[in-house]
Amino acid sequence: MVYLTRKAEFAASHYYHNPDFTPEENRRIFGKCNNPNGHGHNYTLEVTVKGEVDPRSGFVVDLKQLKEVMHHEVLDAMDHRFLNKEVPEFFTRIPTTENLAIAVWQRLQTKLQKAQLHRVRVYETPDLFVDFYGEQ
Amino acid sequence: MKAHLTRRYRFSASHRLHSPEMSADENRGTYGKCNNPHGHGHNYALEVTVSGPVDPATGMVCNLVDLDGFVEREVLSRFHVTNLNMLQEFAKLVPTTENLSIEIFEILQRGFLLAHLERVRLEETMMNSFEYAGGNEPRR
Ligand SMILES: [Zn+2]
Repeated sequence: MVYLTRKAEFAASHYYHNPDFTPEENRRIFGKCNNPNGHGHNYTLEVTVKGEVDPRSGFVVDLKQLKEVMHHEVLDAMDHRFLNKEVPEFFTRIPTTENLAIAVWQRLQTKLQKAQLHRVRVYETPDLFVDFYGEQ
Repeated sequence: MKAHLTRRYRFSASHRLHSPEMSADENRGTYGKCNNPHGHGHNYALEVTVSGPVDPATGMVCNLVDLDGFVEREVLSRFHVTNLNMLQEFAKLVPTTENLSIEIFEILQRGFLLAHLERVRLEETMMNSFEYAGGNEPRR
């Protein structure tokens, strides 16, 4: 089994708010991230796929295809967007780094052909990242 | 749905690697420059990984404010700008980064109960890093 990781970057804004909480609870739990005008991050995405090396091509996965799927499914939808208002997953879910990693996984999983998704890692900043390995 | 969250922190400390169970020669042979009696320092980078189900109400494994507060109080304020050899934790233990990783893992495991502790990763320099997952294989 060989593991292959492809990186990408995107910039997006978000804010954290749960309509079921009172304004005080929202401020207490989410702090500064509760500001409804949002704030932004430069996210770094790392997608790791795994598989056996194809004896003919020498590839685990066609990197061009992986790159295209990441572009179509993730970057086109999220780069330079306000996540809460423009990305359907976050109309109902809070766009935390955790939920972002899950959303990226779900978007990629059905679209990848040969490669098996192993891990999605999303860096919100160089000092904070989330790994998602699928539903376990 | 379960996710793993990793947070990176920094602290600086000095240490001297020296074992009272070894002769002077053996200490020099084992620890080399790190055996210098006056000690030397590092800027450590600490990564703490916790895991757990993502709470649907908050979208979080655990609130970062709680994790940051705990690490600040129990780890960073304990070790930052100290001489590790002077601390009670290292009265009988050589303050290698291996032992420091285990010590930090155990502090977190005992006191931080808001998520499952997966692993601690400690960079001593840009060239050396150490991982401890409480005896488990760290997840890739
Ligand atoms: Zn943010």
